[in-house]
Amino acid sequence: MASDSDNDEDFVTYGTPLEPLEEDEPLRKPIPLHEQTVKDEKGRYQRFHGAFTGGFSAGYFNTVGSKEGWTPSTFVSSRQQKAEKHRARPEDFMDDEDFSEHGIAPREITTSQEFSSSRRDEAAEKARAVGAQAALIPGDTLLEELIAPARLSIGVELLRRMGWKEGQGVGPRVKRKPRRQQTESGVKTYGCLLPPAGSEDSEDNYDEEFAPENVTFAPKDMTPVDFSPKPGVQGLGYHGLDPGLALLGRGADKHIDLFRPQSEMRTSLFGDTKISLKRGGVAGQAFGVGALEDEDEDVYHRDSMSKYDTVLGGEEPGDGLYGWTAPQQYTKKRERSKDTAYIGKILEGFTLAQKPPEGKTVFPPPILPSNYRPVHCFRPQVDVLRRSGVSPALAEALKSSRGHMMKEEPQQGGRHQLDSSQRRELLGEDSLKGPSSVMDLLRPEDRRRLLSMRNSSTQETCTPDPEDATHAASSVVTPPSTGLQQQHDALAAWKGVHTSLQTFKPFEKNPSKQARYELYLNRLRQGDKDSLEQSLDLTMTEWERSREREEFVRASILYRPTSSSLSSRFTRAKQQEDEDMVEVSRDEEGDVDDKQAAIKMKMFGKLTRETFEWHPDKLLCKRFNVPDPHPGSGVVGVPKVKRDKFSVFNFLTVTESREMAEPPKPPESGKKSRWDVSDQKKDKKKSDDSLSELLSTARNQTEIKPDRDSAPELPVSSHSNDPAVTPANKSEESAGVQSSDRKTDCDEEQKDEEEENRPPMDLFKAIFASSSDEKSSSSEAESDSEDEEKDGKEEEGKIESQAVDLLTITTSSSGDTSSLRTEVAVSSQMSVKEREEFGPKLPPPSFAISEYRGGTTSVCSPSKEEEVGKKSKEKKHKNRKHYKRKKDKKKKKPKKHKHKQQKKSKKEETHNSSEDSDEDDVPVLTDNLLKRLKNIQSHETW
Amino acid sequence: MAFPQPKPQAPQLPQHLLRTIDCKQGAVRAVRFNADGNYVLSCGSDKSLKLWSVNRGTFLKTYSGHGYEVLDADGSYDNSQLCSCSSDKTVILWDVATGQVTRKLRGHAGKVNCVQFNEEATVILSGSIDGRVRCWDTRSRKFEPIQILDEARDSISSIKVAQHELLTGSVDGRVRRYDLRMGQLHVDFISSPITCVCFSQDGQCTLSSSLDSSVRLFDKSTGEMLGEYTGHKMKGYKLDCCLSSKDTHVLSCSEDGHVYCWDLVEGSLSLKLPVGKGVVQSLSFHPTETCLLTAMEGRVQVWGTEPEEEKDDAMT
Repeated sequence: MASDSDNDEDFVTYGTPLEPLEEDEPLRKPIPLHEQTVKDEKGRYQRFHGAFTGGFSAGYFNTVGSKEGWTPSTFVSSRQQKAEKHRARPEDFMDDEDFSEHGIAPREITTSQEFSSSRRDEAAEKARAVGAQAALIPGDTLLEELIAPARLSIGVELLRRMGWKEGQGVGPRVKRKPRRQQTESGVKTYGCLLPPAGSEDSEDNYDEEFAPENVTFAPKDMTPVDFSPKPGVQGLGYHGLDPGLALLGRGADKHIDLFRPQSEMRTSLFGDTKISLKRGGVAGQAFGVGALEDEDEDVYHRDSMSKYDTVLGGEEPGDGLYGWTAPQQYTKKRERSKDTAYIGKILEGFTLAQKPPEGKTVFPPPILPSNYRPVHCFRPQVDVLRRSGVSPALAEALKSSRGHMMKEEPQQGGRHQLDSSQRRELLGEDSLKGPSSVMDLLRPEDRRRLLSMRNSSTQETCTPDPEDATHAASSVVTPPSTGLQQQHDALAAWKGVHTSLQTFKPFEKNPSKQARYELYLNRLRQGDKDSLEQSLDLTMTEWERSREREEFVRASILYRPTSSSLSSRFTRAKQQEDEDMVEVSRDEEGDVDDKQAAIKMKMFGKLTRETFEWHPDKLLCKRFNVPDPHPGSGVVGVPKVKRDKFSVFNFLTVTESREMAEPPKPPESGKKSRWDVSDQKKDKKKSDDSLSELLSTARNQTEIKPDRDSAPELPVSSHSNDPAVTPANKSEESAGVQSSDRKTDCDEEQKDEEEENRPPMDLFKAIFASSSDEKSSSSEAESDSEDEEKDGKEEEGKIESQAVDLLTITTSSSGDTSSLRTEVAVSSQMSVKEREEFGPKLPPPSFAISEYRGGTTSVCSPSKEEEVGKKSKEKKHKNRKHYKRKKDKKKKKPKKHKHKQQKKSKKEETHNSSEDSDEDDVPVLTDNLLKRLKNIQSHETW
Repeated sequence: MAFPQPKPQAPQLPQHLLRTIDCKQGAVRAVRFNADGNYVLSCGSDKSLKLWSVNRGTFLKTYSGHGYEVLDADGSYDNSQLCSCSSDKTVILWDVATGQVTRKLRGHAGKVNCVQFNEEATVILSGSIDGRVRCWDTRSRKFEPIQILDEARDSISSIKVAQHELLTGSVDGRVRRYDLRMGQLHVDFISSPITCVCFSQDGQCTLSSSLDSSVRLFDKSTGEMLGEYTGHKMKGYKLDCCLSSKDTHVLSCSEDGHVYCWDLVEGSLSLKLPVGKGVVQSLSFHPTETCLLTAMEGRVQVWGTEPEEEKDDAMT
């Protein structure tokens, strides 16, 4: 074949050549029709999928995506090779066919733009130049022209050979007229308007001038349509301002501030009134035509600046309803009323008022004086507390009765300026007795100081009383001897005061002290000079006395007799607050007297119960498997309140006073109830049943009877805590027997004898009652009449001696008792110790000891009496055994302390002796044995 | 019989002496049943605490370690631990089996009158003559108490624990009930020094005996008195009182050598048990059965409803 032979010949062939036939080749099977499919170069079937589904090869073998499906090819998950930022190009989304010759983006070698013949296309350039006019930067084609390669395309060359010249249109030569019409009709501009300026007009003019009949002209070169893409976001038909035209050639060098609303330049440029020049060629609508605007026909309408307000807020159109972009018709009506402009559109049915309302006459504020300072000056505070050392209570009273202090300067203002006395006069009431002012209650010099203080502020002068002057002088003369001075003052204050009023009881908690204080006050009233020394207790120590002296003097000055007006005005707190307590529980316990009364009526319940808030420890709650009842509270126990201490003395006696402060002195109250309750109950039942009566009697019982000397007119309201005074008085009063003194005296012996078989009583007495055992025991006598007689004298003495011992024990927490009694045998030690315990005691073990020492016969229970005889032998035997064991024990521990050994030996002695004779024994430690014996006897009598 | 009994059977009272145990430890200050009532703890004035079997009256163990007379003791719910308090101001936690001191808790300023485990034996509560109740943690190794209840103004004479409540009786004449769940402290004023307080078995009532020779039953929630039981003598000594296991009777020691047993509802004296000539110091009622322990002087006596056949002497 030719093809075979001319292999090297350069034939341009299209399509695939047939394979050369070979003779000896067996006939191949023709490809069946269904297999004759079109495949691409990669062997993929080519199917037409339709234009919108990807054309010929869609996806991967007519599936989607790639071999991996939709897996994005950009995914790189290597540690070393991180995914780079991939910028997607259009090629990434093209198929391979698209790059082929007939694809949409053929990758064939083509003439690049600059070498293409399209250069120097005048018309295109012109069109581009025209477009450039509309562009944002006018004349940007200049640069392009400069660097354009000077190379003509073949078409241009051909045209030139045919006689065409640049600047002419292509086509047969034509006469002027038709050409002109042609151009008129033919030239249609799309997109951007040609600028109104240019050489066209002048050319036209020229053409019109020189238009001979027989001359043909080359057709006018027509500007091709510029297909340059529209940049920017402006709407269709938008023209930017051509500054050259807009400014009309003038002021081009000036910078135009477009964005300053009311700049003069702007108004001078655009203002319709000022500038008489032709309106600038600002053309084009600002933002084109929006989708929502109707005026589609106006797309190419030229807007003029005159339609816009050039001044912001300058002239309000008509009524203020429509804002400054209001339609024109409203601006027509603006002349009707100028005032409506302020009001707005007048509603129907309303008219403007003819007469404007009279304006409020506003008076100018007064002219401030030049020295005015806008700061309020409070009137100087009278610091009574600090200056004169007056008690806070008195200071409080002073403050609250400021009206009295202001009385001196007469202020006849409104009724609020009147003080109580003035009001009283107005009301026509009787004046109250006593000093009318708190000032009278003050010490003279204090008063004077207050007055002078006030006078200094008000620039008033006040002549002090001559008496005050002397006082002041004396105080000036003797400043160091304040104690004497105070005594003197106290004397002056209390002298001659005969009031049956309730006076304040500063030592209410300590009745004996209060009694002494009242004695002192009585003496003061009588004008006794050395009242203080006489009223003090001589049995006290010097230090105590001096302290009490100072306290009394101070108290007498602080709580000098109050006037009736004052005392009627203030009511006394029922329970004096404990200022001296360092820390008190927040919830005060109620009145014990009421409770006592309730208990006597057996009305347990509300009256006797009190509930406090109590904070258990968090851990305790946890241990008890209980949620914290007060979560988040840092308090543990009963919430405490800290209170200030009042004076140093209070601080010194803080423990004592605290004990006093607590209303029920436990042992005492116990004692009271233990011994007296039954008796009192009887009396009570006899006397009355009503609650009020009972309460009052209960109160009375707990009242103190003050000293003989203290004025009987003083109604004593303090409840007794004095162990010395109470019981006797109580019994007296409850019985109503005034002449029981003698009786109690004769009872005393009995009582003393009772003492011994009532060990806890000794204890309380030992602790709390030092002076008057007899009195307290007098009540006991009434409660218990029949008891065994004993020689109680020495017992009493012993108790007294123990009292001292006990006190030391209480303070040192009974640590030294054991050391005290190391020599004493254990048994006796216990019996002795019995007597020293607080509160309820343990029964004496003496029985037990004597029993297992001497046999159980004597203490056998009645139910087993029939076995006694049999047992006694046994027990004797056992006792011996026991003794032996003891001995063994002793042998086992031979290296005990010496004194212990002594103890043991003594014990043995007692054992031996008791074994020898069951009843009595050789006195080893006589007093011990005596005691033991007494114990036994007393128990046997029970 | 088809007829119902005309009278419900009267509750049994422990009126027969089953045995007497001579403890040989001086005066027995307190006698206590353990949690299940099979064992007895006796606190002796010779510093020893002794463990006994109730049924046989046999001596089991002595726990010695106190420096002074033992005043009270309690056993834990699982019988593994004991606690005791003493005049030597200490509280001791014992291991029952070995008899060793697990912990010796010091802190009270005076002799410790009463001691009590809580329900799970995680806390020991001890009341002392110094007026404080100390809550000791048995779990931690710290020797400081968890909390100190110092509201009492005088010696604490008795303390009881029931679930989440502590009941303390004090010589200042007040019964205080600390409610841990509510975070409240209820103070009932009784005016006479309290010697012993008890919860009833149902936990709704409290019993308190005071030195005015009366035992009073109070409603726990309101503090109202439900009953007053008198007739015995309790004027000077710290003696115990208790309720029977079925809350049918109130029992109290007396200084006249008897145990008084009142009917709880009627308040009438139903039994006056003669124990001896001395003071009946302590008593303890069996937690479930009708069995009573009394302590007088050096002996502990066990009382039951039925007289036991073979009266073997316990003093072997």
